Amino acid sequence: MSTDNGIFYIRETEAERLPPPGRSTGVVYWLRANLFSSISNTILTIVTVLFLFWLLPLVYNFLIGKAVFTGTMDDCRVETFGACWVFVARRVNFMLYAFYPIDQYWRPNLVFFILLALVIPLLMPKVPFKLANLIAFLVVFPIVAFILLVGGVFGLEHVPTEKWGGLMLTLVISVVGVCGSFPIGILLALGRRSNLPIFKTLSILTIELWRAVPLITVLFMASVMLPLFVPQGFTVDKLLRAMIGVTIFYGAYMAETIRGGLQALPRGQYEAASALGLNYWKSMIFVVLPQALKFVIPGIVGNFISLVKDTSLVSIIGLFDLLNAINAAGSDAEWASPTKAFTGYAFAIGVFFVLCFSLSRYAKYMEDRLNTGHKR
Amino acid sequence: MSAAESMDSEIDRSNMKVSANEVAIDILGMNKWYADFHVLRDINLRVMKGERIVIAGPSGSGKSTLIRCINRLEEHQKGKIIVDGIELTNDLKRIDEVRREVGMVFQHFNLFPHLTILQNLTLAPIWVRGTPKAEAEETAMHYLERVKIPEQAAKFPGQLSGGQQQRVAIARSLCMNPKIMLFDEPTSALDPEMVKEVLEVMISLAESGMTMLCVTHEMGFARQVANRVIFMDQGQIIEQNEPEAFFHSPQHERTKLFLSQILH
Repeated sequence: MSTDNGIFYIRETEAERLPPPGRSTGVVYWLRANLFSSISNTILTIVTVLFLFWLLPLVYNFLIGKAVFTGTMDDCRVETFGACWVFVARRVNFMLYAFYPIDQYWRPNLVFFILLALVIPLLMPKVPFKLANLIAFLVVFPIVAFILLVGGVFGLEHVPTEKWGGLMLTLVISVVGVCGSFPIGILLALGRRSNLPIFKTLSILTIELWRAVPLITVLFMASVMLPLFVPQGFTVDKLLRAMIGVTIFYGAYMAETIRGGLQALPRGQYEAASALGLNYWKSMIFVVLPQALKFVIPGIVGNFISLVKDTSLVSIIGLFDLLNAINAAGSDAEWASPTKAFTGYAFAIGVFFVLCFSLSRYAKYMEDRLNTGHKR
Repeated sequence: MSAAESMDSEIDRSNMKVSANEVAIDILGMNKWYADFHVLRDINLRVMKGERIVIAGPSGSGKSTLIRCINRLEEHQKGKIIVDGIELTNDLKRIDEVRREVGMVFQHFNLFPHLTILQNLTLAPIWVRGTPKAEAEETAMHYLERVKIPEQAAKFPGQLSGGQQQRVAIARSLCMNPKIMLFDEPTSALDPEMVKEVLEVMISLAESGMTMLCVTHEMGFARQVANRVIFMDQGQIIEQNEPEAFFHSPQHERTKLFLSQILH
């Protein structure tokens, strides 16, 4: 019961517990709430729908409708605008492996399946033996992969890295870059926040220097300038140089992303870890980094994604990554057709999209999983 | 006046013994500056084993800084601090040795949000003391029972109330089996209803004979539990006495003013 004007309202009997309001679901409700909630939204919706009506048929016709799936290259040369999937199908080996010897394809294939067999359980939180898995991936796998891909021992034919290429090369650079830049980033970020002047200075110099130059410059330096500085007759593999360049370059970016996470962590967490007697490394490993890295998962994955995409820049120093291999695959007159190049690029887009989108989705999944409810 | 007052009769003083010759903490002529600001001025304080000291004073008087110097969360620039026979210098090994023996409870709990309650409690025993996991968990459950929340062991800190989190924080320190406990305004961030449950745990800790230094505004707790109250102002200890004398016949004008303001 309320008094005259409601200001001094006091409840005298216990209020009834009411069921919650009905859930608002259903297609019509969703449409109204999301697409037609106001006049401007309605206009936007209509314009977008019209745009899609124009765009989707074009894309469909190019990729599927008018595309040439079977036959010979001659079928691709007729006057329609459809993808020439024949070209991709016939040249797919070159796009995946470039100049890797055909009879040795099983070697990169095997490495790829070992990679999957190690990475997939590593990424699934519920699978046990994480430590053994991690050691297998970070210590054993690189050695096995190196032996299998390069060869020259155990009766394996030696395949110099100049013959590597295609998706295989893109994956090699990406995996090495991702696995290498992450720990480098952590060390540089910790170094930059260190109290010891020498580590701090070195970290700042490294980070700022590498971030101040474009990746293309780094790659040029690695491929053209570096050989001038090392003694005659001493060569470092060009691919290795490119991989080191990409790794350190992204390590510097990673460092700044991770530093953001370290700074976002309340000082109390550092203090509580110290007060319990945990030394620097133990408090970093068990208290600081798990939380700081979680804060910056979106940034870290953003770096990984740009790394994967930037591997295509190695083409400028003459390495045949996926994109360069696709270009080269059609350079011969035999493959000439109006839509060959577009088809190749569509294939490249597809591959890069699968790689990068899975990274992004996995990151989203981890973010949700690691949310322990302290954000209120 | 506060929650602790009503519990006076229940306090068991049989184990609360101040040692006559064992020194827990010795602070000699200690000074500290923040850049040009002189935060702690010529602090001299000897804490005997088994003492329960409450440090009071207006905000900004340096009381938190003082106890944070004892486990070297803050560095002092002049004078000596000797904790459990170990002098605090820049030697990181010694600092870790001291921190192992000195537990600390913070105003904002500072539990590790990414770990469960049980993991919060076992982290330091396992990785600092090298205790086997099973044993560390057993100890952790023992202390969780002592602070009356064993049923929360599998939860994350974010799922607990403030009072529960602070009790977990106390249990976390106790798992390291410390010789000295430092409390930095442990109840200041809590709702009044939760202050009581934390004070109860602190009282039972005092009853067990723990050496305690508490920065707190809970004057009821000071009266019942402390054997000495220290009053600080502008970075100096300006008065210290037994609680009875401290509250009834403060000597210093500043103390009188402070007490008149907080005791109503």
